[in-house]
Amino acid sequence: MSSTLLEARAIDKHFGGVTALRNVSLTIRQGEIYGLIGPNGAGKTSFFNVLTGLYHPDGGELIFAGEKLQASAPHKVAKLGIARTFQNIRLFGNMTAMENVMVGRHVRTHAGVFGAVLHDRRTTREEAAIRRRAEELLNYVNIADRADDLARHLSYGDQRRLEIARALATDPKLLALDEPAAGMNGTETASLRELIEGIRKDGITVLLIEHDVKLVMGLCDRVAVLDYGEKICEDVPSLVQKDPKVIEAYLGGSIA
Amino acid sequence: MTSMSSLNALRTDKRMVIAATVIMGIALAVLPFIIGSGLGNSWLRILNFALLYIMLALGLNIVVGFAGLLDLGYIAFYAVGAYLYALLASPHFGLHLPVWVIIPAGAALAGIFGALLGAPTLRLRGDYLAIVTLGFGEIVRIFLNNLNAPVNITNGPQGISGIDPIHLGGFTLAKPISLFGFTLPSLHAYYYLFLALALFIVFVTIRLENSRIGRAWVAIREDEIAAKSCGINTRNIKLLAFTMGASFGGVAGGLFAGFQGFVSPESFNLMESVMVLCMVVLGGMGNIPGVILGGILLTILPEIFRHGSGPVQVAIFGKILLDPEALRMLLFGLALIVVMLYRPAGLWPSTTRRREFRGDSTNDVLKEGE
Repeated sequence: MSSTLLEARAIDKHFGGVTALRNVSLTIRQGEIYGLIGPNGAGKTSFFNVLTGLYHPDGGELIFAGEKLQASAPHKVAKLGIARTFQNIRLFGNMTAMENVMVGRHVRTHAGVFGAVLHDRRTTREEAAIRRRAEELLNYVNIADRADDLARHLSYGDQRRLEIARALATDPKLLALDEPAAGMNGTETASLRELIEGIRKDGITVLLIEHDVKLVMGLCDRVAVLDYGEKICEDVPSLVQKDPKVIEAYLGGSIA
Repeated sequence: MTSMSSLNALRTDKRMVIAATVIMGIALAVLPFIIGSGLGNSWLRILNFALLYIMLALGLNIVVGFAGLLDLGYIAFYAVGAYLYALLASPHFGLHLPVWVIIPAGAALAGIFGALLGAPTLRLRGDYLAIVTLGFGEIVRIFLNNLNAPVNITNGPQGISGIDPIHLGGFTLAKPISLFGFTLPSLHAYYYLFLALALFIVFVTIRLENSRIGRAWVAIREDEIAAKSCGINTRNIKLLAFTMGASFGGVAGGLFAGFQGFVSPESFNLMESVMVLCMVVLGGMGNIPGVILGGILLTILPEIFRHGSGPVQVAIFGKILLDPEALRMLLFGLALIVVMLYRPAGLWPSTTRRREFRGDSTNDVLKEGE
């Protein structure tokens, strides 16, 4: 519970003159659920994109499981063990749910063109293993009955679950969820919460961006709050809720 | 359904597949004899070209249909394969290498050209990619047109003639082959060779489609950012699509040169690229049977218009009012518009694409209601 999995050191990110992230440092420990909250436009998703290699940071560095993350190489980040979901769901819409999860296994498998064409023993065995694992994961997120449906035809909540299953298929050490409860009703959120707790129980560390304060406060071990690209607070939920700076960021402070 | 009856269903299913395969095999085997005796040798030649175009369409389908990368210069790879054959097996350089060396070499060289085209275009998509690939196709053609000075490599616009016909074993396919008292005419022999290679390419494509690589291609087509985040090295996988697609073109090009005995730059113009793209789109992008159908139809239909429109006009008007060649393109354009209006997913789309174009959310609602 105590060893560090991810350390962000003084991350900066600008878009032209706009500062998205300023000097953001945070530490995520092995096995915890870490929440990242903040008002709209605070830089939460920008941090995600820097973390997963989609954005090149203008300053600072990320250390993951003892290795420095290479900027602008999302596939390498995935290989090191960070998987993510997207705020506006990004599934492979015209592939089936099953195939979506199978794509997630790409990074842990090896078959190339020759294997695919020749169907040698290793390839057929690997392909069977991919399929088996994908079935397991669809079961795990409770959408096994939709396995053969196109991802784009799944209901909103199921699409969120499918995205999590696809991310889990990469065997991540850290699962980064970008607003997984957005647009969900109460029941869906409750079962999502169970799912995330189950994932943590399986030994996967979770980084959670969420607007649903109740969910974050109930689920997370520690929470960081971003406001205007700066980290203004990092603590256990009960203390974060009482922090005057956090209250000011969310409710607006006195007129200066 | 009880397990017994489903088992029976499976058995009949399997029997059906075997029966269909046997019937298809016999049909493909006797096809050249039926067409040769019924319609004559010119139609047999067209049939052989249909097989070449099927290979091209299947190659382009990997790039456009699977990986979703619009390529308007695909015919360049056909040209690379054809010219390699022409240079290595003709009096032009005095080289006469055997076909089993040239065709694989043509596939490899075209594959390298595919990677060369792919590398600078990795960040481009859609219209931008189309423009660059279009330019690439034209560059290759213009090079072939002008590489006759200061050193004469391609013989310029005159092209290279006197290319060796394809030799297999001790036989040349240019002359009728006599085996065990049975004579196989040249066009028939080429047909069987082309058919074998086309079937091989179909087999490779099917295997690739249902593999880790095939899924990665489709994932890139669907959402490149999500594909990257799933750990797909999109650069390598895209280059692989360009290389594989191009190598099929290289094979078809080599066969073309050996079959035709003559190559010149004008065989590889933009219109040819567009034609192959039409085969892929019209037949049903991403769906192998659809692409094959597209290849057959778009090779044969223009020929029917070409051969048929003159006599029909004479029969109706007593004279030829419209030049058959112009009419051919007119009808071809009309056919394209009609298909795109009424079957936007192609004539034979994959089940997935069909659902996609129907936007079949009602289907899902029904399923939940049941």
